[in-house]
Amino acid sequence: MTLADFIIDLVRVVVAFGFLLVSVMLLIWFERKVISDMQNRIGPNRAGPFGILQTLADGIKLFFKEDLVPERSDRVVFKLAPYLAIVPALLSFVIIPVGGTVHIAHHAIQLQVADPPMGILFLLAMSGISVYSLMLAGWSSGSKYPLLGSVRASAQMVSYEAALSLSIAAVVLVTGGLTTSSIVGSQVAHPTHWLPSWNIVRLGVIPFVVFLIASTAEINRPPFDLVEGEQELVGGFHTEYSSLRFALFFLAEFMNTITMSAVAVTLFLGGPDGPIPHSGTHYLGPKWIWPIIWFGAKVTAFLFFQVWLRATLPRLRYDQLMNLGWKILIPVSLAWLLIVGAMKLKLSWGIAAIVASLVLGVGMVRALAVGKRDAAISERG
Amino acid sequence: MGNNETPIDLPDPGNPVEDAPDLVVSATGTGAQEHSGEASDHNHEMVDYEDEFVHETSEGPQEMGLREDTQLLEYSKESGAVLRMPEGVVLDPADFVIESGEDESMVINMGPQHPSTHGVLRLMLELEGETILRTKPVIGYLHTGMEKTGETLSYLQGSTNVTRMDYVSPLSNELCFSMTVEALLGVEMPPRAIWIRMLMAELNRINSHLIWMATNGMDLAATSVMIYGFRERERVLRFFEKTTGLRMNHNYIRPGGVAADLHDGWEDDIEEIVVNCRKTLDDFDDLFTGQPIFRERTEGVGIIDVDTCKALATTGPLLRAAGLPWDLRRTMPYLAYDEVEFDVIVGTRGDTFDRYAVRMGELRESLRIIEQVRDKMPLGDYRVNDKKVTPPPRGRIDESMEALIHHFKLFTEGFKVPQGEVYVAVESPRGELGCYIVSDGTSKPYRLHVRAPSFVNLEALPVLLRGSLIADAIAILSSVDPVMGEVDR
Repeated sequence: MTLADFIIDLVRVVVAFGFLLVSVMLLIWFERKVISDMQNRIGPNRAGPFGILQTLADGIKLFFKEDLVPERSDRVVFKLAPYLAIVPALLSFVIIPVGGTVHIAHHAIQLQVADPPMGILFLLAMSGISVYSLMLAGWSSGSKYPLLGSVRASAQMVSYEAALSLSIAAVVLVTGGLTTSSIVGSQVAHPTHWLPSWNIVRLGVIPFVVFLIASTAEINRPPFDLVEGEQELVGGFHTEYSSLRFALFFLAEFMNTITMSAVAVTLFLGGPDGPIPHSGTHYLGPKWIWPIIWFGAKVTAFLFFQVWLRATLPRLRYDQLMNLGWKILIPVSLAWLLIVGAMKLKLSWGIAAIVASLVLGVGMVRALAVGKRDAAISERG
Repeated sequence: MGNNETPIDLPDPGNPVEDAPDLVVSATGTGAQEHSGEASDHNHEMVDYEDEFVHETSEGPQEMGLREDTQLLEYSKESGAVLRMPEGVVLDPADFVIESGEDESMVINMGPQHPSTHGVLRLMLELEGETILRTKPVIGYLHTGMEKTGETLSYLQGSTNVTRMDYVSPLSNELCFSMTVEALLGVEMPPRAIWIRMLMAELNRINSHLIWMATNGMDLAATSVMIYGFRERERVLRFFEKTTGLRMNHNYIRPGGVAADLHDGWEDDIEEIVVNCRKTLDDFDDLFTGQPIFRERTEGVGIIDVDTCKALATTGPLLRAAGLPWDLRRTMPYLAYDEVEFDVIVGTRGDTFDRYAVRMGELRESLRIIEQVRDKMPLGDYRVNDKKVTPPPRGRIDESMEALIHHFKLFTEGFKVPQGEVYVAVESPRGELGCYIVSDGTSKPYRLHVRAPSFVNLEALPVLLRGSLIADAIAILSSVDPVMGEVDR
């Protein structure tokens, strides 16, 4: 590794880190502003122009708050948990290709912090680790509401991880590679046909919808925010947290929101691909800027969607969440994976797979109905 | 109403510690006594409250212990079984098997500081996982002794006091109190006063149900609905402010009429409220009624049937959602409710969704009533023309010595009310709101008691919550709609 490579890597890391922190700040402001617009309120408008610095002010306030550790808590784990949340949240962003390639001083620099060969699996690993933070935070608080929250967290995140992985598997199947750069590359097939070559169209919409629901549940955003469940569990796992540790949890949550939106864009919406092609656009500014703009626009649209959900939907109940995960999302994405795989082999195989999944699906619906009926009968005695 | 008998020996309710043995006695069947292994007669013995009900837990002494430590009586009482035992029915201990052993249950205190317990209600829940096995509502955190205070205030000051009980629907309290005092006095209201009262009572119902709609949305985490509900309520409050001068605790409906006539142009304000509220109700329909997640959260949750409701004396939307068309406005018409058209909304299953739907329907019916009241509002006096009850108008005081004396007398000692006792009930947004006054012939009530619907409906909570999840508990509690000011009084 030469000095130049080292400097490039360092710059990339620092830029990504700063970008993430700043965008979290903007996201929180954006969320509060959009929700207040939807609710006939003004929202934050004091700190900075349009209240854009509100998050900064809140962060500073939290920084100076008293740092409480409950007496009955497991002190070491209690203090460790927020870092288990923030570190995976920061790390999982590194695999996102934000734009194309920039040439600076004869160095071709990919706008991506790292492009490890296991690629998208890294994301799954990181989101797996972040379960521990919620689980340990709730457990170590030595209090009952956080305990309930952490039980919910572990069950919810483990079950939705399955649906999430299956929908990602479909993408990997058509891409033939695990690296995010190859996933993006395979979607930029033709300079003029930008939408049809994206995975959302290539795979049918089902994996995308499954991914959307599962990722919302995975990052505990409403309507799947049972882990926090302010109305039920007071604050869930972070009830006992204050000061900077509390801030870290929230920082992690919003970072995860951004990362998951970025991943969704990368996997299904062609990443930095856009209707204006990469090359030959000298009159529209430098050609490296357009991919970044497309990427940013798509991620922002996703974030708006998340905010919109939060403003509108009531929260699901715990058992309904589990039903949705295990009885709908996982079977549907399994069947779809089967169909996609068979289609890639041969059309006739694909049709056979569709028929098989339909038959299996009907059987499963019937089995669930019978089970429900029997349970009702046995309950009545 | 109004038999002229002054009771000498008045029992003093409202002391939970002394009440406890009574409850135990009512719960004591033969079988139960066998189980507890005590042959002695409980009937005239003080039960040591601490021994019976306070358990040592890992978090210090609490009033709800784990199942294995819980005595049968307490357990059956908490499961809502013996609150109103029919005559001759004996509690069978076999019905209340207290499983103990392998399963680990957890006692959790929801409230009094909890975001969703509607004030300072405290629910002690015994949980197995997230399933609720037992519930014990603990009240008294907002007890201010308003009923007792009422005995030291004259009848004219009384409505200032009662309006603070159910702070979400203050006008129903005033209405109920005023009607009770008027029943004792035996005065007839002028028609305009009656219709103004009806208008205000219905607006008040809208106000209260909108708050309910808002907080119910909040409890289910649909935050926007909260803002929409409060926004709509603001219109009603503006109307109240214009007419009564205040947004809550109006002291507007007083014994003898109302405090002031309606403001100029009130018809237009009503029109604005009706039109906008209809629009908002349609919005609520979009956001809630057809919303799959909302339906899933509420349908089949917290079911209660008519018989249980009757046994627990539950009234209001809870009872109507269960299927009994019991609305005092229709069944025992007061004011001029027999002269307006409206439907009594009834549910079929008695679940949380039905309670929501009943309230939605009642909002629309109230709007209907308001429109009719606006069209039919008679002219005339807005208060009784009785010098001994109604203070003279301000202008008269400058001219007439007699008016000045009346004014002074009314506001220093108040008016005297004939001896007697009377109970009058109205349909408040939460159910049957009754006021019971015993008068000993002075200008202050000898005893003031309010039958608070929130308090009585709260008794249904243990029944409603049994076997549901924590998330359901919030939805159910919200659908019962208790106002803690009224519960504790």
